[in-house]
Amino acid sequence: MNRKRRRKTPDELLHEMQPEDTGMKGHLKIFLGYASGVGKSFRMLDEARRRKERGQDVVVGAVQPKVSPEVQKLLDMLDVVPLRKHSAGMAMDIKNIIRRHPAICIIDGLAFNNPPGLRNQTRWQDAQELVNSGIKVIGSINIQYVEELRQQVEDITGKHVTESVPVSFLKSADEIEIVDAPPAEPIERLPEQQTKPEVRQQQLSVLRELALVLAADVVDSQLNDYLEKHGIKQSFGAQERILVCITPRANAREMIETARMIAERFHAEMTVAYVKQAELSLEDQAALEEKLALARSAKAQIAILDGEDVLDAILDFANSHAITQLFIGHTQSIRKWPWSDPVEKLIRRSHGMDLRIFPQ
Amino acid sequence: MVKTDRGKLKLYIGYAAGVGKTYKMLEDAQALINQGVDVVIGYFEPHGRQATIEKTAGLEIIPRAKVPYRGSVFEEMDTDAILARGPQLCLVDEFAHTNVPGSSRTKRWEDIEILQDAGIDVLTTMNIQHLESLNDQVRQITGIHVRETIPDWVAQQADEVVIIDLSPRALLHRLERGVIYDREKVERALQNFFRESTLAALRELALRETAHEIEHRVINDEADLAPKATGQKQIRNHKILLLVTADPNTAMLIRRAKRVGDFLEAECFAVAVNISGDLNRIMPQDREAIERHLNFARNMRIETQILEGNEAAQTLMDFAHENHITQIFLARTRRRSYSLFGQGGLLKNIVRLARDMQVVIVSERELTTE
Repeated sequence: MNRKRRRKTPDELLHEMQPEDTGMKGHLKIFLGYASGVGKSFRMLDEARRRKERGQDVVVGAVQPKVSPEVQKLLDMLDVVPLRKHSAGMAMDIKNIIRRHPAICIIDGLAFNNPPGLRNQTRWQDAQELVNSGIKVIGSINIQYVEELRQQVEDITGKHVTESVPVSFLKSADEIEIVDAPPAEPIERLPEQQTKPEVRQQQLSVLRELALVLAADVVDSQLNDYLEKHGIKQSFGAQERILVCITPRANAREMIETARMIAERFHAEMTVAYVKQAELSLEDQAALEEKLALARSAKAQIAILDGEDVLDAILDFANSHAITQLFIGHTQSIRKWPWSDPVEKLIRRSHGMDLRIFPQ
Repeated sequence: MVKTDRGKLKLYIGYAAGVGKTYKMLEDAQALINQGVDVVIGYFEPHGRQATIEKTAGLEIIPRAKVPYRGSVFEEMDTDAILARGPQLCLVDEFAHTNVPGSSRTKRWEDIEILQDAGIDVLTTMNIQHLESLNDQVRQITGIHVRETIPDWVAQQADEVVIIDLSPRALLHRLERGVIYDREKVERALQNFFRESTLAALRELALRETAHEIEHRVINDEADLAPKATGQKQIRNHKILLLVTADPNTAMLIRRAKRVGDFLEAECFAVAVNISGDLNRIMPQDREAIERHLNFARNMRIETQILEGNEAAQTLMDFAHENHITQIFLARTRRRSYSLFGQGGLLKNIVRLARDMQVVIVSERELTTE
């Protein structure tokens, strides 16, 4: 039924919607790294150099206080708009940049806090303002400054940072690229704690993994926005999504625990769903609440589904949410077996996903 | 354990042609030469990309071997010549490449193993769609059935993996500027593989896979560093059993079960069931298919076995209990009807008998692309 529509939604639409470098609309591109020294600044400024060589009007709006000789070499080839002195410190000179109105502005260190008293408290808000004024911004950020990951990174590195950028800002970017390198390579590293090299290597690997998963999540949400915007109902299955179906009487503990473990390993999304039933006894209501609490503590999303037919409700949800793994409980005690067994119906009707059946 | 003097392998992963894997590999090689490392190029695929070709400046290229096949002459990496030259480090493009028949080895990764055995470090490149266990997902995304694949365990043996990332937008610009393919090929590429949504999905797959590869190494290293540590990474020992049949979906089942097994650090077993006294009733082509599937499982490093029994479901369950299996993986058959006597019946019987283990029924991923 969606066929015609599907075919009518070519990716050209996306291009039309977001023309690049036309100067009509701002554009945000972010380089994401897992530690300082992986080469974000270099990659970013190297792109600036190439663009300048292709005749584009590029300026550098902000750079890190300390730069490597390779980065300095690139900076020497580019126009830099110096930071502006304010009474309480330095900040990017956005007034000057907007007046100058280049096609592209390079901003290193998006997480920097501006000195107090300025309209924007942070550099990423400055960047946003530039984007809104029609400038293409290319910026960089290290995952330790991503608000939602700060605690996790701090647990690994022991280093507390006060600056941060919300994930929503990363997701608002038109393009995001990860700058990856094996842990042997970054120059500056974790703080001077007395960590053994192997342990430090491990910590860096975990940070690297965090950065890759974050980038994948951003790519996934952009892909979904795109599909949604164009009414395309398709699932690519690149992100694993688990749906656990529970009832008040289900042995939910094993199902939720297994889902939690698989979700952790696959960096999957996990939803626990319950299909509303007309009348629940007080006892069942309490049992259900207990199970939902268990689901919440496993950090699952909760979905309460409505529908006359339980299987329809589950499958509708699964299909519209790109579920890749569907978890259900199964009682062997049903005597009407095998003709009217809901599990059999699910086996028949659940296309394009794994159906994981738990004995009850 | 691996010999300490075995050459190390570094794998550059990308999600499509043109993201810059080879370029980055050559750039790293140039840096290593400056540090005094003895580097040669064992195999390089220029694809006519000027910037990449320029990066080979000053690098010694070992001439390719000529392999005659059916009246034509093909070129392959000359592994013997590289061994004779004996460099410290060798660059080899396209990890997943299949050699032309008549070569000493079937797969390029086998040649690379020979180089590593001789103590040579190797840098190599691969696109995510060539990873065996992702074959069905890649088909779901691209509509293309990739035939040149690398078994997951081979990729896992790389000492280092690094992803070469580029936004699909930037990749498409490269393509449109003619950096990646020549003009005629560009049109075709844009219509097929190089659609922005397809590229985004492949990229997501590559990012997640690289994250997994890194996690896999962290877990192994953690076990080496602190064998008794009971961190959150440790999980109950899972054991997966999968049922091999003649059904064409068995290959998909093997890939999926192996993939889940790898993520859960679980052992996998693949079994086929022969019904006693029923041998003649198996069609020859079915027996052939079962053999082929068992062979495929072994190539994926899954232990295989053929069981004899009176009844398939019960035989399978007995094996599962004896071997402390925690999860059984079955393929949903492609056949439309689920007759009680056909495979539908078998699935149901297994589900009914599995009172103390999970049963996972894997079904075909639907194609999202035309």
